[in-house]
Amino acid sequence: MLSLENITKTTQDWLLTKFSPTMALTIECVIVILLSITLFALLGLVLVLLERKVAARIQIRLGPNRVGPGGIFQTAADTLKLIMKEGLTPDKADKFLFNLAPFVVMMVAMLLLAPIAFAKNFQIWDINIGVLYISSISSLSVIGILMAGWASNNKYSLLGAMRSGAQIVSYELSAGFAVLTIVVLTGSLQISDIIASQENGWWLFKGHIPVIIAFVLYIIAVTAETNRAPFDLAEAESELTAGFHTEYSGMKFALFFLAEYINIFIVCAIGATLFLGGWMPLHIGHWESFNHIMDYIPSSLWFMGKTFFLIFVIMWFRWTFPRLRVDHLLNLEWKYLLPISLFNLLLVTVIAIMGWHF
Amino acid sequence: MYNQTEIIKDTTELGPEGELVINIGPQHPATHGVLHLVVTLNGETIKKIEPHLGYIHRSIEKMCESLTYRQFIYVTSRMDYLSSHINNTACALLIEKGLQIEVPERAKVVRTILNELTRIASHELWIGAMAMDLGAFTPFFYAFREREMITDIMEDTCGARLTMNYIVPGGLMYDIHPDFQTKVKAFVKQFKEKVTEYEDLVTGNIIFQSRTKGVGVLTAQDAISYGCTGPVARASGVSCDMRKIAPYDAYDRVEFDEVIETTGDSFARYIVRVKEMNQSIRIIEQLIDNIPEGEFVGKTKNVLKLAKGEFYQRVETARGELGIYIVSEGATTPYRIKFRSPGFSNLSVLNHIAKGSKIGDLMATMGTLDLVIPDIDR
Amino acid sequence: MTNEAIKEYITTIAPEAIFDETGEWLTITVESNQLKPMATALNEQPMQMDFLFCLTCVDYKTHLTMVYHLTATTNRIINLVLKANVDRANPTIETVSAIWRTAEFHEREVFEMFGVQFLNHPDLRNLILEDETAIAVDEKKESVNEQKGYWPLRKDFEDPINMIKL
Repeated sequence: MLSLENITKTTQDWLLTKFSPTMALTIECVIVILLSITLFALLGLVLVLLERKVAARIQIRLGPNRVGPGGIFQTAADTLKLIMKEGLTPDKADKFLFNLAPFVVMMVAMLLLAPIAFAKNFQIWDINIGVLYISSISSLSVIGILMAGWASNNKYSLLGAMRSGAQIVSYELSAGFAVLTIVVLTGSLQISDIIASQENGWWLFKGHIPVIIAFVLYIIAVTAETNRAPFDLAEAESELTAGFHTEYSGMKFALFFLAEYINIFIVCAIGATLFLGGWMPLHIGHWESFNHIMDYIPSSLWFMGKTFFLIFVIMWFRWTFPRLRVDHLLNLEWKYLLPISLFNLLLVTVIAIMGWHF
Repeated sequence: MYNQTEIIKDTTELGPEGELVINIGPQHPATHGVLHLVVTLNGETIKKIEPHLGYIHRSIEKMCESLTYRQFIYVTSRMDYLSSHINNTACALLIEKGLQIEVPERAKVVRTILNELTRIASHELWIGAMAMDLGAFTPFFYAFREREMITDIMEDTCGARLTMNYIVPGGLMYDIHPDFQTKVKAFVKQFKEKVTEYEDLVTGNIIFQSRTKGVGVLTAQDAISYGCTGPVARASGVSCDMRKIAPYDAYDRVEFDEVIETTGDSFARYIVRVKEMNQSIRIIEQLIDNIPEGEFVGKTKNVLKLAKGEFYQRVETARGELGIYIVSEGATTPYRIKFRSPGFSNLSVLNHIAKGSKIGDLMATMGTLDLVIPDIDR
Repeated sequence: MTNEAIKEYITTIAPEAIFDETGEWLTITVESNQLKPMATALNEQPMQMDFLFCLTCVDYKTHLTMVYHLTATTNRIINLVLKANVDRANPTIETVSAIWRTAEFHEREVFEMFGVQFLNHPDLRNLILEDETAIAVDEKKESVNEQKGYWPLRKDFEDPINMIKL
């Protein structure tokens, strides 16, 4: 039941029997839009609650436990509160950009959803330059943040936005290089190809130490790219009160908040896809019987399990480390991560050419 | 009032050299109270810090001029609310010195234990708050776990958790709770087990070290010139522990080390406070089994009158040297009273040591100076 | 260094200094114009009183007295109290903030609380209270302290709104 493999196929077949191809495509688009918006709302609710529960567990306290059993409706109640709040716009703010910015950030997050394979044959758009698409779109989110920081007419916001700009532009590089290692090994930019190439084992295990290094670099870089602690300098509440979203309130703030969590989900999903085989169950070489047992677990569960594991790791970072300073942050990227990832890419290329990987 | 804000508004315009002026505080997550810093920035680099005080100024000095010697002690709990016991002790000591009241041994020992517990509680809160300034939330909860035990002991003993008002001229207000000794021992045991936990979480963390080492360096010479005391000065290698220089209560009969570091940066200030907590535990361990039996308060007159003259009493609070200067005209109330608060002098050094560093460093420096605003404003 | 030796030394710098040993510590009273040279001399060898741990002012109704508590970090046993009387109607005194930098903030506090003008102070403004000009705007306060100025810690200060007389 949890296997989503045939749903897309049957739906399309059924639609084509009832409607003309154009009509069917339109209906499919509407379904996809509705599903992705629902997914967004659900993810927001689940991830915020998860974060609060994880934080509480790490900080020896209980976390939300009043609204609903175990506090599961806490985020729903919070959302209700945020919807009812007045969305203030500062007097001297650039009103157009100020109101546009949360939507830009949100839209970028939504666009990134397209090439992600949630289960076997369950993907919105299997574009042939999937990885390239992801890295190009994800760098757009900085525009939304800069827009918010500039339009707020607030110095804290401006400082936060500028930090965020420097940070995202730098960490794009390592994230990109880490992604490239997998592209080199697979020889394809297409997400479905990358997953298919991990049929006999995930790249994290197949690709020797260089891929493990790339995986670690990827996790560090995306933590920075999503502005999460210890790289949350754009928000840095003890320095800049709330950074780029200081002036936002109500639902506009909620959109930023939601976009942050969606972004975490997306980068973790991509990480899971590239390094941990996406929806591909744990397969080990030619152990046919073992592989067969693993196939009984639905592919959607594999994907979600891996993604949420990575999300948990990123949350764990947040509640353990202090924040970096802005110059340390850039030092880390340009003096350590970037040279390492360049060298690592070279190593992986050699491995790929010589066929040393499994 | 609000001319001051107008002045600030004028300076917030971009200066000719592209300066950016931001107001950190009075409502800001990092200032722990209503401290208002006007910070001139050049990009992320700090050019000037100007404190604007007075948001919580109650003119305690003026207030005390119309309160009797028994009454004014309770106001001092509201000064440095994290070491209210020690403030109360300072007042009591001054009156005892002025009137030559004999304090029973039992009271002296209990006072010392309570003072050290207060010091630990204050440092615990500081560790949590400073880690939070640096963006790490978790140590805050770890530190509060142990602090909670101390506040529970205080609640049993004094009936209050924050502003204790337990110490009166001549000794203590009441005798200690029967469970006092067992509870303190339980706390000492738990503290020794758990202190390593947040030390592991904070001290060894490479990000924490890179954020604090070499940040906000205060030389010994500057520390003396700016009148810094307490952990701030001791981290710069200046010996200034009042418990050693002019022992009061039972400090002359206990063994403990004055913690001194020499580097003078934020990390040294952190280390000094962590080690001081261990020294406080050492003091408590020496005294807790040896609380003498007997009276808890010495004989005093109902109406206290200090002789005409001047009195000065110094004690070591969690933040440094608290001095109380009283000019008496022989009446039941002080003629003039001055509280030399440690935070006021420690704040004055902020501009000097944080100038030229980044905003992030300002939080580390400000955090390790351990400013308590009611103590500064009075 | 005993009190006698200190007295002897101080008499060589300022012959007219008045000593008082009734308190806990040796108290030296000098003329207000003698304060700066006296402070400079105390800060240097052989006294090296490099730690100004308290600076305040007392209003004796007839005059104001500046009180400086000094000690030496090399020898914390020696504590000195340096005093200087200043005129109450027109209180001016030389700043010591160049000698002990902690005096900068303490003098600003004394300036706003007692109205003592510190000459050559680098930044003599209100630190804790509102600006003087702002107070003048506030009519209620002006009517009471119109002539006297707004100096809360002086003995004749009246604030009918915020002060409760016991």
